[in-house]
Amino acid sequence: MNKQTFAIKGMHCASCVYTNEKALKAISGVKDAVVNLNTGKVTITAALPIGNDVIKKAVESVGYEAMVEEDNKNDSLDEKIKKEKAKELKNLQIKTTVSLVLAGLVVWGSFPGLMEIAPAILKNIFNQLILASIVQFWAGYDFYKAAVSSLKHRLANMDTLVVIGTTVAYIYSGALVFYPSFFERFNIKAEPYFDVSSVIIGLILLGRFFEARAKAGTGEAIKKLIGLQAKTARVIRNKKEMDIPIEEVVAGDILRVRPGEKIPVDGMIVEGDSAIDESMVTGESIPVDKHKGDTVIGATMNRSGSFLYKATKVGKDTMLAQIIKLVEEAQGSKAPIQRLADVISSYFVPIVIMLAIATFAGWYVFGSSPVFIHAMLNSIAVLIIACPCAMGLATPTAIMVGTGIGAEHGVLIKDAESLETAHRVKTIVFDKTGTLTKGKPEVTDTIIEARQRNFLSQWGPLHPKSEKNLISTLLQISASIEKNSEHPLGEAIVKKAESEQLRLIKVTKFRSITGKGVEGVINGKKVYVGKLLGSDSYPEGEKLKEQGKTVVYVYIDNKLTGLIAIADTIKDTAVEAVKSLKKAGIEVYMITGDNKQTATAIAGKLGIKKENVLAEVLPEDKEKKVKELKKNNNVVAFVGDGINDAPALAAADVGIAMGSGTDVAIEAAGITLVNKNLMSVVSAIKLSKQTMKTIKLNLFWAFAYNVVLIPVAMIGLISPILASGAMAMSSISVVTNSLLLKRQNI
Amino acid sequence: MPIDKILVSIFGLLSILFTFWFFFMKKTNTVQAEGSIDVLVEGGYKPDRISIPYGQTTKLVFERKDSNSCLEDVVLADFKIKKPLPMNEKVAIEITPDKKGEFDFSCGMGMFHGKLIVI
Repeated sequence: MNKQTFAIKGMHCASCVYTNEKALKAISGVKDAVVNLNTGKVTITAALPIGNDVIKKAVESVGYEAMVEEDNKNDSLDEKIKKEKAKELKNLQIKTTVSLVLAGLVVWGSFPGLMEIAPAILKNIFNQLILASIVQFWAGYDFYKAAVSSLKHRLANMDTLVVIGTTVAYIYSGALVFYPSFFERFNIKAEPYFDVSSVIIGLILLGRFFEARAKAGTGEAIKKLIGLQAKTARVIRNKKEMDIPIEEVVAGDILRVRPGEKIPVDGMIVEGDSAIDESMVTGESIPVDKHKGDTVIGATMNRSGSFLYKATKVGKDTMLAQIIKLVEEAQGSKAPIQRLADVISSYFVPIVIMLAIATFAGWYVFGSSPVFIHAMLNSIAVLIIACPCAMGLATPTAIMVGTGIGAEHGVLIKDAESLETAHRVKTIVFDKTGTLTKGKPEVTDTIIEARQRNFLSQWGPLHPKSEKNLISTLLQISASIEKNSEHPLGEAIVKKAESEQLRLIKVTKFRSITGKGVEGVINGKKVYVGKLLGSDSYPEGEKLKEQGKTVVYVYIDNKLTGLIAIADTIKDTAVEAVKSLKKAGIEVYMITGDNKQTATAIAGKLGIKKENVLAEVLPEDKEKKVKELKKNNNVVAFVGDGINDAPALAAADVGIAMGSGTDVAIEAAGITLVNKNLMSVVSAIKLSKQTMKTIKLNLFWAFAYNVVLIPVAMIGLISPILASGAMAMSSISVVTNSLLLKRQNI
Repeated sequence: MPIDKILVSIFGLLSILFTFWFFFMKKTNTVQAEGSIDVLVEGGYKPDRISIPYGQTTKLVFERKDSNSCLEDVVLADFKIKKPLPMNEKVAIEITPDKKGEFDFSCGMGMFHGKLIVI
């Protein structure tokens, strides 16, 4: 009997169990179907395995969804690749070792200076032929296979070059072994070149082995991200707690997370508090305090408290899954710089073949004697020294490493093009609210009018004596009134009072005066909170206004008693970020709908130049401003929250969206920053610069190598063996250079 | 000039011309894909010019029969897709082009190329 277990999505009650069991039992061949409502799992027993499609259809027909293997298909693909890679590496290791040992023996038996001390058995050219044949056809089998299948398509690649080069040396040497007299007629010494063919293959295999090992390191970041995923979740269903595999968690489930545990999926805390380490996903190193109502991110680590939360996003929708998808997509895209390299490398190999033929003919006609030997060895050197692989590896490996490092730091790059453009950015425009500032007004100053001090200290419900208590009283009174209004400024006052744990007092006769403020009666006295009344002027208030703050005045019994200043506060990291960007030679702008005075005051605090403040800009005009800045080929980045500034993000050369909750797939942005740390903008630019530097160095290295060494080989200054060593080194050095990106401090 | 040198010169020149003709002058056939198309990955892509309809989903089923590590990934950069191709395994890639034109696809290192022609 065959048993299959899978999950069903959407079951809530006992009747769901019955319907599903019935539908599944109706499938021909199914003997039994048992649904467990608690785990949401079904086990069917059948004589033969039932196809996923059949199961899906049966469950669908009664209105549910079967979670059969499908989702795991990708995993198994990755798994297969992993196994294949391991096998390939092992295989390469064996072939490399054997061919290098055999090639070493051939060299010992044939190289002048060494052969004199070699045992006779190695000096025997028949034995050399046997050793070289093993290397040529066993170790070099893959080169032949790849070259032949390419030639069928009239394509040539690196394998073609290796095959032509080594086969020429091998066949020539083989012919020499069997028909020495034929060559002696042309005054050619019976001296085989088995060392050339076998050493080349050995060294190129060695190069491939190191290259394969290094290349595995370039994809590490994504593997790390995938590995972050929790395996199980502790879910509460039907008042029972149970551990279930993460795939079976559905949105709406209530989950428990204990200290030291991983948070399984995205959600919102419904009970309890904790400090959560989100560094693995957002790159933010300081644990974040979370309370009821706060969102939590799957795959992050719960540090201190135990809490319950409601799953909001599962499976492909979680932040981690989105991040993985974004990084994978970025690694699948091509940087514009690579397209050029691609075009060149597609013509490269046939051109090298033509150059090798020209080298042969040139040396045969014009070279020194023995012309045939010189012509052959030099043309082999040309074939072998050419390294298209270095060109092919230059860009993709750097992009792989670059996007991976970005993800580790909470910098998600949408595609290679954005990564390439970001390093040319000369101007950065920051949206003010929510980007440079926290986006939530907060009480910054509370001032008591000197003349009313006495009155307040006697009247106040707290009978305050100290200055601190006086201020608390003013806040308490204002908050009690504002509690009844819905104005965002009022909300800031109430929040402040709550954070200081001030008890709100009962208010009667509350009314809102449009355009002015609010008023009500507290303990028999009329309290007004709002704009300055009548002809009153208050220098302290004016001063605060100049700093870009909004000031509300508090009157008790029509007497000005104090004022409260409210402002959107600057993010902790904003000043440092602006400073770093300016230091990097980038012009920093701020764009906002605020009035000029407020905007300039905030810009001043941030260190942004007065003339770089774009104030009183309507949301729909932000895009226009960005386009204006783009004139004269100025490369402009726009940093916003990605919610209501999508057109400006899209209009900029590089749109950078700052983290907003758990949604990272922001279409208009080229770069998404997962955390709220503004220094990530600096990191993104730095990362782009470092990656481009690596790519350029790689490409320079790869091209210069080929451009310089091919002519050198043509004029006969490089032996084929040296050529194969240089070739192997050039690919390795390109991949290693890309891996060095990991060491950069961004 | 001795006869052998003349022969080598002529033969060399002919070989260069042959190489040029062989690799650069090949005719390419465009294969029309309807819904789904199998692409054999062996020393390149077969077919390597595939025309697919605009706005409709086409399934490209790649099957790699070549152990050359160059071909282990297929990259459709314009569609931001990079997929590993295990040996002898059919890997389906679905694309729904939202722009017309010619789009390159290649192996991970950009050595082997094919074209998708969206019409």
